[in-house]
Amino acid sequence: MFRYIASRVLLLIPTFIGISFVAFIFIRLLPGDPVIALAGERGMTPERHQLLMDQFGFNRPIWEQYFSFLWGIFHGDFGTSIASKRPVLADFRALFPATLELSICAMLFAVIIGIPAGIFAAVKRGSIFDQLSMGIALVGYSMPIFWWGILLIILFAGILHWTPVSGRMDLIYFFKPTTGFMLIDSLISGGKGAFKSAVSHLILPTIVLGTIPLAVIARQTRSAMLEVLGEDYVRTARAKGLEPKRVIGVHALRNAMIPVITTIGLQMGLLMAGAILTETIFSWPGIGKWMIDAISRRDYVVVQGGLMLVALIVMVVNLIVDLLYAVINPRIRVK
Amino acid sequence: MNTYKKLLAATALAMLTGGLMAGGAAAKTLVFCSEAAPGGFDPALYTGGETLDATGQAVFNKLVEFKPGTSEVEPALADSWTISDDGLEYTFKLHPGVKFQTTSYFTPSRELNADDVVFSFERQKEGSPWAKYVDGASYEYFEGMDFPKLIKSVEKVDDLTVKVTLTKPNAPMLANLAMDFSSIVSKEYADKLMADGTPGKLNEQPVGTGPFQFVDYQLNTAIRYEANPDYYKGKVKLDSLIFAVTPDAAVRVQKLKAGECQLTIYPDPADVEGLKADTNLNVIQEEGLNVSTLAYNTTQAPFDKPEVRKALNQAIDKKAIVDAVYLGQGTPAINPIPPTMWSYNKSIKDDEYNPEAAKAALEKAGVKDLSMKIWAMPVARPYMPNGRRTAELIQSDFAKVGVKAEIVTFDWQEYLKQASDPKHDGAVIIGWTGDNGDPDNFLATLLSCQAVNTSNRAAWCNQEFTDLINKAAVVSDPAERTKLYEEAQVVFKREAPWATLAHSLVTTAMTKNVSGYVPSPLGVHNFASVDVAE
Repeated sequence: MFRYIASRVLLLIPTFIGISFVAFIFIRLLPGDPVIALAGERGMTPERHQLLMDQFGFNRPIWEQYFSFLWGIFHGDFGTSIASKRPVLADFRALFPATLELSICAMLFAVIIGIPAGIFAAVKRGSIFDQLSMGIALVGYSMPIFWWGILLIILFAGILHWTPVSGRMDLIYFFKPTTGFMLIDSLISGGKGAFKSAVSHLILPTIVLGTIPLAVIARQTRSAMLEVLGEDYVRTARAKGLEPKRVIGVHALRNAMIPVITTIGLQMGLLMAGAILTETIFSWPGIGKWMIDAISRRDYVVVQGGLMLVALIVMVVNLIVDLLYAVINPRIRVK
Repeated sequence: MNTYKKLLAATALAMLTGGLMAGGAAAKTLVFCSEAAPGGFDPALYTGGETLDATGQAVFNKLVEFKPGTSEVEPALADSWTISDDGLEYTFKLHPGVKFQTTSYFTPSRELNADDVVFSFERQKEGSPWAKYVDGASYEYFEGMDFPKLIKSVEKVDDLTVKVTLTKPNAPMLANLAMDFSSIVSKEYADKLMADGTPGKLNEQPVGTGPFQFVDYQLNTAIRYEANPDYYKGKVKLDSLIFAVTPDAAVRVQKLKAGECQLTIYPDPADVEGLKADTNLNVIQEEGLNVSTLAYNTTQAPFDKPEVRKALNQAIDKKAIVDAVYLGQGTPAINPIPPTMWSYNKSIKDDEYNPEAAKAALEKAGVKDLSMKIWAMPVARPYMPNGRRTAELIQSDFAKVGVKAEIVTFDWQEYLKQASDPKHDGAVIIGWTGDNGDPDNFLATLLSCQAVNTSNRAAWCNQEFTDLINKAAVVSDPAERTKLYEEAQVVFKREAPWATLAHSLVTTAMTKNVSGYVPSPLGVHNFASVDVAE
């Protein structure tokens, strides 16, 4: 087990270097530069452009810029945004909890509904429930997030007034964030109705962001369950006379969960892509919108620093998933 | 400190340190659904309207300001001023007794004086200790309005008198001084921050003399202000003001309808009719100080010939563009400046839409089988809601006169950069919203020889036009200036470096209980005169 953990942790080093290089180079491969964005339609003279590029250090040799970026990271300095003039790490710290909170809620929503729906569809293969739920899953998977979000806002916030339109919290509540997680901070604040407001603001974005992972998890669970249910050991368990609940819940489910956990891990990373749109629609102050704005402004420092921070987090999540495999499946840790 | 101030400071402190404020406690609150988060809180460091609204308009004052709803300059922190006969010296008399805001993070010990004014400009100069007080600081408006070259000195004459000396006469100077980058900041506060080793706070926790004082900013979420009780024009009617950052236009409309905010801006043109039909809302539309254009690259054949450009202009059905792209919320543009701007030349007739005549004129100019590129801007702006759709309409108009147009587009930053390069290929859809209401801000910025390589996307350098514009910038007599600008517009129309497309209407929507809001033609949003009925 120790060797397994050590090998996984050591693997992080080349991954880290590779990602840092990609994060650094990716934004520079796009045409345009961060300085031109500062003046907007007004434009700037080529001389002033050169002067600012010099001042920001973007005219230095590319390897020099890369090593100073790495040097900064090792010293905990992810740079300062060219557009906002604020430190990248401070902005990330302020915004990441919002994205994480939304992602966790979306994933919980997807898992809590997706796994039981997948199991049930597999067990009742070919039934109306199976066909209906898998049909809905396909629709959910194909739904453009932007359209889905606006649709839900118009229906539930605009017409029915069941939920707020957007944001994380009713603006009448005002407290300094302690953890950055609104569900927790609203409880700590002790404000009457604050927690309820935080929950109600989470509902629509959670559904919108969770829809695609829900569809993927439900379909993955169903196909994994079907495969496992056809295995010899399941037949043996049934032949031994075990009750169906035990066969499905213990023997089949445990093995079927391995690909499902992989899917959940991958979907957690993919949530970032969905978060960009969801955050824009719901005025959700997270890192998705922040990164996309930085890319469109060619704010090199935010893009490279932000990508690196996201990558570090994804690496840690992947490590945890790898370790979870080992806990679930003894064959992996023996290998 | 009187009791009221103590109470106010205590409230602000409690709010900042984790206390909870129920909205009901603040009697009159306006929630404004803004379109983007501010870059920071120093109005001199940014050019984006969202930052200027949150800083220069809410927190700060200038020596002179634009009269609400107009682009006329009126006294503000300066009660009066004199201009020397040679037009080089501006002497401003400051309003006595103006207090800087008392906040939880700063208590001023003195009133506004000439030192603050001198500091507010000196700090933006290269070489000042404040030139780089945060990483990446650059004063783009100060540079863009040519202040480093234009301003020789800003000096204190006495506590309430400031003298600004120019290197050459500049008629738009007063209008420039009314812009947000000319906001007067507290020198006492800046000195304290520098002494504390935390100069960056100048961009995080602003202190000004304006109608609202800063309370808190939750990154990319909301900015909170409360009324400045010491405001020199008297406390405003609102008790607090909140900017709720809401980037999506459709969501802003939904929030307004749901009562989550009371005022919003820039709805999609397609939503405007629905807003007007809502009996709970008021919609104000007014002509923006803007123009959208198709700028031909006048250095490239055959667009180097005025007769070819004029022929192409005749081929464009502007009314169709206003109907289809602006959904009727705009007017076809004749001149490069909008009709609401002084010196607009009403006598100029537009090139008539006439494909047959256009075709004949192209033939006469010897242009056959012309293939060209039309640049479609990839972002929506108040002056141009949909660059792609506009390009498609022009493409089909050009096809009718035998010109084959290919639509190209780039990412916005790249678009701006390449379009500024005189070597770019084809005609560029672009536009402009005025900064200060002076014709110079359109004509010199967009069409003079000195703007080639930057904001003159037609790369058009016509000496006759530039001489007129440059002369108009140095004479101080408004009548003479008007005459020069009118003449310049005649030259513009004759030479046709652009197809002037449209001037758009700017829409503001608010709930019925909001009163006193005056939209600015300059595209900024100011809430000093707003009231909310309970």
